Amino acid sequence: MTLLKRLLRTPEGTIGLVILAALLIAGLLAPAISPGDPLRIAGRALLSPFSDPSLPLGTDRLGRDVLAGLLYGARTSLAVGIAAALSAMLLGLFVGMAAGFAGGAIDEALMRVVDAFQIVPGFLLALAFVSIIGVSTPVVVFAIALGTWADPARLTRAQVLSIRERDYVAAARVIGMHPAEIAFKEILPNALPPVLALSATIVAGAILTEAALSFLGLGNPNLATWGSMIAEGRSVLRSAAYLSVLPGLALAITVLGVHLFSEGLTRALGHEGDSR
Amino acid sequence: MSPPFCSVRNLSVRYGLEAALKSVDLDIVRGERLAIIGESGSGKSTLARTLAGLLAERARIEGEITWPALGQAPLPGRDFGFVFQDPGTSLNPVLTIGEQVAEVARRHLRLDWRQAYVHAEGLLDRVRIPQPARAMRAFPHQLSGGQRQRVAIAAAIAAKPALLIADEATSALDVVVQAEIVRLLDGLVREEGMTLLFITHDIALASGFVDRVAVFRKGELVEAGPVRSVLSSPAESYTAALIANHRDLSTKPLITEVVS
Amino acid sequence: MKRALLLLRRRIISSIPVLLIVVIFSFFLLESASGDAVDAYLGSIGGGDAALIKSLRESYGLDQSVFARLWLYLSSLARLDLGWSVAFNRPVRDLIAERLPNTLLLMGSATALSFGLGSALGILAGARPGSLRDRFLSIGSLIIYAIPSFWLGLVLSILFSVKLRWLPIAGIETIASGKTGFPRAFDIAEHLALPVGALSFIYLALFLRVMRSGMAEAWKLDFVLFARTKGLSRSRIVLRHVARNALLPLVTMLGLQSAAMLGGSVVIESVFAIPGFGRLAQEAVNGRDAPLLMGIIVTSAVLVICVNFIIDLVYAALDPRIGASEGRA
Repeated sequence: MTLLKRLLRTPEGTIGLVILAALLIAGLLAPAISPGDPLRIAGRALLSPFSDPSLPLGTDRLGRDVLAGLLYGARTSLAVGIAAALSAMLLGLFVGMAAGFAGGAIDEALMRVVDAFQIVPGFLLALAFVSIIGVSTPVVVFAIALGTWADPARLTRAQVLSIRERDYVAAARVIGMHPAEIAFKEILPNALPPVLALSATIVAGAILTEAALSFLGLGNPNLATWGSMIAEGRSVLRSAAYLSVLPGLALAITVLGVHLFSEGLTRALGHEGDSR
Repeated sequence: MSPPFCSVRNLSVRYGLEAALKSVDLDIVRGERLAIIGESGSGKSTLARTLAGLLAERARIEGEITWPALGQAPLPGRDFGFVFQDPGTSLNPVLTIGEQVAEVARRHLRLDWRQAYVHAEGLLDRVRIPQPARAMRAFPHQLSGGQRQRVAIAAAIAAKPALLIADEATSALDVVVQAEIVRLLDGLVREEGMTLLFITHDIALASGFVDRVAVFRKGELVEAGPVRSVLSSPAESYTAALIANHRDLSTKPLITEVVS
Repeated sequence: MKRALLLLRRRIISSIPVLLIVVIFSFFLLESASGDAVDAYLGSIGGGDAALIKSLRESYGLDQSVFARLWLYLSSLARLDLGWSVAFNRPVRDLIAERLPNTLLLMGSATALSFGLGSALGILAGARPGSLRDRFLSIGSLIIYAIPSFWLGLVLSILFSVKLRWLPIAGIETIASGKTGFPRAFDIAEHLALPVGALSFIYLALFLRVMRSGMAEAWKLDFVLFARTKGLSRSRIVLRHVARNALLPLVTMLGLQSAAMLGGSVVIESVFAIPGFGRLAQEAVNGRDAPLLMGIIVTSAVLVICVNFIIDLVYAALDPRIGASEGRA
């Protein structure tokens, strides 16, 4: 049974996949559904939802299209979330493998660095980084990755250390496999699954961090983001609460989708049994 | 003749298509020490767990088990105690030895905690744990395998049950320790007048102290009878093979019979 | 007690290199800012002449080389001097000392609430894994865990402060109310109710899940089977055997989340305008106040180290196998 079929057998996997697919489609089709710059003035300010067919979810305080904001916000959240998670995972994998293989003083030194990045609250670090360097998207992605790479690094190293001692690695060494070959063909594929399981949590965390950053005004001001929409809606909380509520709902659904998908994926992968 | 303590009639246990026990007929006499002997896959552990009501949900049970002496199925702790094979994992690592023995007494003997702890300390002494007062406050990881098994036995008999089931209780221990545990079990069971069901693959170990043996093979009861007669003149060829293939049978059994 | 002190000493020694890395990294990060605090100050007063700029830079030591300043900073840190806040014109240490108690109160209450309620619900769920109750709690916690805490804070304040008017909308206490003692405590509690609620809601879900999964794992262990053959009551098995063992990974998770919680307090304090440590970070960012931001990062690191140490002590108290070098009985 292919992985996809196994995934769809679990209720979590199915719902998660549906949510993520819907978000992906929404993000991809954003320019088609709401053409033009989502941050432009589209109509009268504070138009209520469902009153004007061309602006189905109304407008915000400045007259910007809420629906466009939501759709383009999906692009930002998914793009930044996935990019940040990927960077964090790659960095973590690299450092973790280096530490696990090198051992000795290099391992010690690298682990102190990992400790340092685990001790400082990730959000605080991202906050400091973005405020110093700037609010462009690559910087935001890197800032979020800085705050999250420590956990995958630690996990990878633990995996490498335990797998290194296993019999099939010793066997590979005995038949004369080159260390680098052993690293990539024997150890890495078996170290990967638990780290991959962590990836969903990281993506979800990255999406929430990006939202929090733009909520505080530290996101890319030229992009429509859910976080900034929530922040914008604060000033009209009493009269037009939906302006803050809708983007938050979108965030919650996205993160839920990621978690459900990951839970389904873990279940689906779990049934594969141990590879050795 | 008084009714048996437990009567098993036509018992069959299946997991899916696999039969673990097939049409077993067996009586357990009150106060006797009965050894269930078999190799792995013989169904001996399944029998023990069926009697104790510990089977997994997917097991299919057919046949009848009656308990004339009790009138109903035995209640765990109160009517029977169970000792497992692995002393390393039978005990809860985060609770003290004392608590794990006392909780049984408290539950079944209607004692308060203070009384239960006193009772537990007495039990630890009876199972020959050195310095029982100190041991009460110790944790499982501080004890050796043999000592942990003694604690498990103490907990199993804490409420003075009528039946003690030892499922390969010595198989994970060193040979010398095995002999000690067997000696302990023998003594305890005699003192309390308990019925003992001793599950093992080691025919020599069991035959040294039990009254009767029941030999199992691939889920079927091959032969049952008094230990002397089964060992000296086995009715079945399988039994004979078991006896013959056992090492050291030319030497005396590990435990010589205690003169009563 | 002696073991605790030994652990403390070991922890302090191993933490120093880590703290050093934190300080050095943050220092160089803040160095790379394109404008320093003096620029920000000048921006706010509308510019100044060269002599003023030079004298300002000198007085803040901003004219020396990077490494000289790093060394200066490290030596003042050793004296517990965290520098001078340019935006507030006060010692950084005083600012932090003022604001930290509010955040500690906020975080402490949120942790207590989420841990207590989360583990209780987790025990309910884990008492019968796979049951309807378990599925309901598991799905519920998954949904709650997905909610952004700052958005939840907003929604709660819409509901309770705006629509229902039950609770105050911002701040930590009514300003200039002159209250003391118990009425003041009650006032603060009213103000903290929503922020604590928002912050703890998310972590409640997390702790619920960890306790539940810990229990699901513990159920499979042999000593639980042994406990059943002993005929113990169900509640005793669930609480004293299964949950007691599931408590261990939960305590570990508590330690792992402490840094994240501190980070979360930044946004919550922003939403509810609580004058706390987290909010101070945001103000430092807005005011381009590098020394203050440095001080905040270093203090956060120290705080997390302290919390982790306490967690380690708690874990050792709960798991008798830790530090088991006492030998066999």
